[in-house]
Amino acid sequence: MKTLVWVEHDNSAMADATLAAVTAAGKLGEVHLLVAGSGCRAVAEQAAQIAGVGKVHLADNAAYANALAENVAPLIVELMGHHDAFIAPATSHGKNIAPRVAALLDVMQISDILSVEGEKTFTRPTYAGNAIATVESTDAKLVVTVRGTAFDKAETTGGSATIEDVSGAGDAGLSSFVGAEIAKNERPELTSAKVIVSGGRALKDSETFQQVIMPLADKLGAGVGASRAAVDAGYVPNDYQVGQTGKIVAPEVYIAIGISGAIQHLAGMKDSKTIIAINKDEDAPIFQVADIGLVGDLFKIVPELTEKL
Amino acid sequence: MKALVPVKRVIDYNVKPRVKADGTGVDLANVKMSMNPFDEIAVEEAIRLKESGAVTEIIAISVGPAKAQETLRTALAMGADSAILVETDDEVEPLAVAKILKAAAAEVQPGLIILGKQAIDDDSNQTGQMLAALMNLPQGTFASKVVVEGDSVTVTREVDGGLETVKLSLPAIVTTDLRLNEPRYASLPNIMKAKKKPLDVKTPADYGVDITPRIKTLKVAEPPVRQAGIKVADVDELVAKLKNMGVA
Repeated sequence: MKTLVWVEHDNSAMADATLAAVTAAGKLGEVHLLVAGSGCRAVAEQAAQIAGVGKVHLADNAAYANALAENVAPLIVELMGHHDAFIAPATSHGKNIAPRVAALLDVMQISDILSVEGEKTFTRPTYAGNAIATVESTDAKLVVTVRGTAFDKAETTGGSATIEDVSGAGDAGLSSFVGAEIAKNERPELTSAKVIVSGGRALKDSETFQQVIMPLADKLGAGVGASRAAVDAGYVPNDYQVGQTGKIVAPEVYIAIGISGAIQHLAGMKDSKTIIAINKDEDAPIFQVADIGLVGDLFKIVPELTEKL
Repeated sequence: MKALVPVKRVIDYNVKPRVKADGTGVDLANVKMSMNPFDEIAVEEAIRLKESGAVTEIIAISVGPAKAQETLRTALAMGADSAILVETDDEVEPLAVAKILKAAAAEVQPGLIILGKQAIDDDSNQTGQMLAALMNLPQGTFASKVVVEGDSVTVTREVDGGLETVKLSLPAIVTTDLRLNEPRYASLPNIMKAKKKPLDVKTPADYGVDITPRIKTLKVAEPPVRQAGIKVADVDELVAKLKNMGVA
């Protein structure tokens, strides 16, 4: 099977999420990549080094600069003339673009796969991760998005794929990019961090969140996450949210502080290797999934923990 | 302009789903069902756009069993003007739902179609994008802000790194993220009034759509159960554990 993988990037560097998608694609057969963007040849050169990649399609056009689905979906559909499967990481770009591609090809997409069980058989989580479905596509072509935390990352060296320029139709004239506010974050990126310190509603306000959570995260070199309650209350920006509707993470260690452990939050972090919970309510559902629990007042415990580390 | 708002009846978000022992699916018998939370946000946004004068009429639509009428009545009680139920007892995949919505939109001629970004049961996050593709319309997915100006709509989207803003020509498709708005509760008088609002019942065949599934579900299983953990007594013990794991 010949698979085309969407390369997630910001026009200068490739995102890690791509590497998990490449691993998933490798289980199906020959892997080709698509780098669509503007002034993104450097990304294509990076992508060509990934182990196991056969070819990199480079579509360099101002219309593809911001990955607008209206513009890139027809380009992908064109390339699907000689590919059997399209795979995208389940990032916000991937989730935006892939279903548009699937509908144009008249096939059903399989979202957020956890494993490849056969050429057309995959597992995927449903009901906020409370049920794992094994599903088989009956369509002629596959469109799949991949959960980044469920697959190992492909090696970024060792490959020597050829880069082939492709053009596509360019601007579909339906949409335009106005601007972006990308949160500045010097900490490890959440979906690839080894350790995550996450705060919930109990942190009271933005200032307290900063004072309590950040020093601990700094000490551990950890990424910082939050529950929906903390985001909705404005303690931190939305891209910190871990859960069914936020980011799905699976770090080595996830430290949940002042988070009760609602179904929707657990959906985003229960595949973490070790879960540590600090909460004053010993009946909080988070303790049912935590490997290590500490019952007590986070405002005493967390500063003490930070100091002793 | 009219707004078309697709809504789905799903298991209530507070209910912990139970996988059936025979592995065929999740047990929905006698389980509390509600409107998908993202769809409530879609209905609310349409109502706000009507209150601001950008939208003149709101049509709610649902594809599902007869009981999905309750979901549509909820949308009507919140403020939708009329409703369409496309009745079927079969599971309908996002692609088929998108095809039905396209056919319904051809009759309604909406300027905006506002959907939830995903249903909390199948977690697909596909229908809005598929509908946009089939209708060749622009899409503003995962919206946290929607501003209609003349013949375009500006949508602020929740993306991985933060927010981005796109401008779409109308008609357009918008899918809602949780932070778009806080849905209102339907008041008792509005619930009573909603009973008198028009609700059309149709079938997928009325729209000429084949809903045969493309994906076969071979098995549904419980996720692996995590081992019960331990509780530590104090910070020192926790620090020792962290050091053992090589984290600190």
